[in-house]
Amino acid sequence: MDFLSYLISGISLGSIYAIIALGYTMVYGIARMLNFAHGDVIMVGAYMSFMATTRFGWHPLLSVLFAMVVCTVLGIVIEQLAYKPLRAAPSLAVLITAIGVSYFLQNAALLLWSANPKSFSSVVPFDSLRLFNGRLIISGTTIVSIFVCVIIILALNTIVNKTKIGKAMRAVSEDKDAAQLMGVSVNRTISITFAIGSALAAVAGVLLCSAYPILMPTTGAMPGIKAFTAAVFGGIGSIPGAFLGGILLGIIEIFGKAYISTQLSDAIVFAVLIIILIVKPTGLLGKKVLVKV
Amino acid sequence: MKRKFYFTFVVTLALCLALLVGCADKPSKPTGTAPIKLGGIGPLTGGAAVYGIAVANGAKIAVDEINALGGIQFELNFQDDEHDAEKSVNAYNVLKDWGMQILVGTVTTDPCIAVAAESFKDRIFTLTPSASSPEVVKGKDNTFQMCFSDPYQGIVSAQYIQEKKLGSKIAIIYNNSDAYSTGIYEKFISEAETRNLEVVSTTTFTNDTANDFSVQLQEAQNAGADLIFLPIYYEPSSLILAQAKATNYEPKFFGVDGMDGILEMENFDTTLAEGVMLLTPFAADAQDERTASFVKKYKELHHDVPNQFAADGYDVVYAIYEALKDKDVTAETPASELCTQLIEIFTNDKFVFSGLTGNNMVWSKNGEVAKPPKGMFIENGVYVGMD
Amino acid sequence: MKRLRLRTNVDNWLTYGLVIVAYIAVRLLLAGGNISYALQGQLVPITVYIVMAVSLNLTVGVLGELSLGHAGFMSVGAFSGAITATLLELLADTTSTTWIRLGLSTPWIRLSLAMLIGGIIAGIFGFLVGVPVLRLQGDYLAIVTLAFGEIIKNVMSILYVGYDANGIRVSMDSANALKLDEGGTIIMNGPMGVIGITKLSSFTAGFILILITLIIVLNLINSRAGRAIKAVRDDKIATESVGISVWRYRMMAFVTSATLAGAAGALYALNYSSVVARKFDFNTSILVLVFVVLGGMGNIRGSIIAATVLTVLPEVLRAFNEYRMLTYAVILIAVMLVRNNATLQHVYKQIGARLSKSLPTRKKGSEV
Repeated sequence: MDFLSYLISGISLGSIYAIIALGYTMVYGIARMLNFAHGDVIMVGAYMSFMATTRFGWHPLLSVLFAMVVCTVLGIVIEQLAYKPLRAAPSLAVLITAIGVSYFLQNAALLLWSANPKSFSSVVPFDSLRLFNGRLIISGTTIVSIFVCVIIILALNTIVNKTKIGKAMRAVSEDKDAAQLMGVSVNRTISITFAIGSALAAVAGVLLCSAYPILMPTTGAMPGIKAFTAAVFGGIGSIPGAFLGGILLGIIEIFGKAYISTQLSDAIVFAVLIIILIVKPTGLLGKKVLVKV
Repeated sequence: MKRKFYFTFVVTLALCLALLVGCADKPSKPTGTAPIKLGGIGPLTGGAAVYGIAVANGAKIAVDEINALGGIQFELNFQDDEHDAEKSVNAYNVLKDWGMQILVGTVTTDPCIAVAAESFKDRIFTLTPSASSPEVVKGKDNTFQMCFSDPYQGIVSAQYIQEKKLGSKIAIIYNNSDAYSTGIYEKFISEAETRNLEVVSTTTFTNDTANDFSVQLQEAQNAGADLIFLPIYYEPSSLILAQAKATNYEPKFFGVDGMDGILEMENFDTTLAEGVMLLTPFAADAQDERTASFVKKYKELHHDVPNQFAADGYDVVYAIYEALKDKDVTAETPASELCTQLIEIFTNDKFVFSGLTGNNMVWSKNGEVAKPPKGMFIENGVYVGMD
Repeated sequence: MKRLRLRTNVDNWLTYGLVIVAYIAVRLLLAGGNISYALQGQLVPITVYIVMAVSLNLTVGVLGELSLGHAGFMSVGAFSGAITATLLELLADTTSTTWIRLGLSTPWIRLSLAMLIGGIIAGIFGFLVGVPVLRLQGDYLAIVTLAFGEIIKNVMSILYVGYDANGIRVSMDSANALKLDEGGTIIMNGPMGVIGITKLSSFTAGFILILITLIIVLNLINSRAGRAIKAVRDDKIATESVGISVWRYRMMAFVTSATLAGAAGALYALNYSSVVARKFDFNTSILVLVFVVLGGMGNIRGSIIAATVLTVLPEVLRAFNEYRMLTYAVILIAVMLVRNNATLQHVYKQIGARLSKSLPTRKKGSEV
């Protein structure tokens, strides 16, 4: 029974990583840039939802929509100001700019909302699911997270494979110059990708803080790194890979704590990651290219 | 590629120089008696900013109050160290350039160890509000603490739990990437052994994994623990309380002074903390006049309820004030002379200080403070004295 | 080819010259007492970050592989260096052999030994990490270096090392578990790190380490091996097809880079009275990467300048009080934008062309 309950904890944690990783992989797969500011956009999304519910007294669902709108706008602004001018620059230049943006968002949040942690109230209206006389508990947030992950995967799949803009995205991710020659507006495509990625970040932020209700300016930093790891783990640019990578990362983390050592839990997660990448050097779903965005 | 790079750097350098020149004449002296220069160091940005900002705000309130009294005047210059030893030493040097005479700081433990080594060498009196490891004061006659030391908290916690028979089977969850938490844990566990307390489960987490505590709670539950000792700060504690409740596990929780602040967290569901016990020197809802006035002022200025760190910062400035108020010291007194005087006063048995974080505090020769801990528990969302 | 070699030589001497002139200038200013405490305190960290940036440039710029865990090697070097220095000091107090005692009570000998050991151990870690890492490519490689950095941070923060009459004791559990005798010393105390370090580092030591680093790195780049490394970066398959062992040269660059970072770590640790594992986290790795990218990939002189400017910058910004780090972020973004702006690039080029008319013609290929 312990095993099952640890497995469920792992999936709960993993579903949060997965939902962040999906946003990461979206931008990563198409624009080919490591957006290290993604974790901080998540934090902004969570603050937006927090402000909307506690200060303005809005309905939680409305606050999620509000967070999504704000983050989309924020994503577009960041993209236009900081990333777009660097389209022709080497990818590492963009990486450093993204780090600059990450510092900026964290410190701006510190000034705006102070360093005092806020306690986030869950936006998930359901109670936990209790099985076997309450010995197995699946929290409402977990169910919602996984549900949302599936919806996002389906939606992204549809967008990428069925729509015109999706075609443009695939073209841009394959070869920017060729896409340009074929009449695809690379700039516009990347901007739209960013907008979608940022909206997903808002959802991830709200769910992250619903599951672990502490909100600080640095809230997004570590989950951001873990999600980035998960995205690479699953195979760069693969949407189902990001999901799988996130879930597995969560399970490994919890199992490492439960069966090996709580002191070494981080080391265990990353050691397993190294081993898996040695065996499968392109990530879990990297080579097969199930959905290449 | 290279040329434009140099151009950019020249521009940046020019900007830096301009700023340097700009700040060279910064410290403006208030009119009237020249104030004594207090330097402060603590994290104002980054993950630990909540502690540094609180100390800075608390100390600022004390300085303003003291200056309004008319006697000795203080000027406070508080510098950011991002909770990093290197930046902390940098901040210290900046303050030295400024002409700091007394150091209020530093706020966090390992930066404080690095800075105290420097201030010891330079003979600048150092009173840290919250760096609680014994290593901070060890071997340095000029460094004193306003907070309980970590081992002391560990010992007293074990004592409390045993004497009041709070629990028979104890589980511990501590942060093994944090010096404060590990320091308390180590003394607690050895004290628990001598007192025959049964510790049934010990689990840890790190700053990077401080979100999911299901494994730690499950292990405690499996071991049948009826009391969980949490020598950690209130942010992870609040998650542990919430997650324990979600799984219907209801042991008693016993925290240390880091737990203080949990009730003031914005939007926190205080019913989660119902029955939590903690040892703390400060409670924001204490009824005495001084605390009430401090809390009121803090709320007006910063729109937040002060935590224990703010009270520590406030007390540090007042302790320095009490020590110096009858002495013939001015802005011209060299730091080393102030240092000798203050060491003499602080180690003198007759110097007894009462502040927000405790009454009748005295300091030992090695720099540790002695003050009675207050055992509290949370009832209906407020602290209640345990005795 | 001859002209190219000449140009490379001139370029290298310019780099050495820059470092030496800077050192002499600072020494003179120090002698004249014209340097603020703030800058004096930063001299050693600046030299450390220069070595870090130059060594990372070997991996990122010359070898062309993104490393996100360089601080991990710094950490290994810092802790092994700090432990070595502390043990040597204890040994100097207890040994009965006169020449050992005399030797070990000399600070610079202890410092050199600590940096040497720190470098070697970090180099060994570099090799061990290199085995899995160099099988991978691109972002997968980057993520493994990141993973390595996180593992090191986690392990170092639960490592306890003590010393007593029975020798060295190590534990991964707690300080109590070391079970030291009376009079034993805890050298490394888990998350508290190494405490009570005797400060051995000096600006001159840092300067010498920079010179050694430059000699190693510049000679490596311009040697046969260095050309092979650059060939691996530019086209792996073509390099392999002409019979160059890709693995060997990648490993050579990687281990050299790790070793130098380790020595820098030891220098860093011995500059403060305490050092903690938390310091060498992902953010520090990223910080060093920022130096490299801003200074220019493969541009050693650029790394030196960028490391210096960006280490001093946050201190200069203290005048902004609470807006300090916000300003730092804005400057970082602005500099990256200005550096890569197409219009401005054109302007610089024109200025550059005018300036270099008198100089021998530059070949485009030599630009990095």
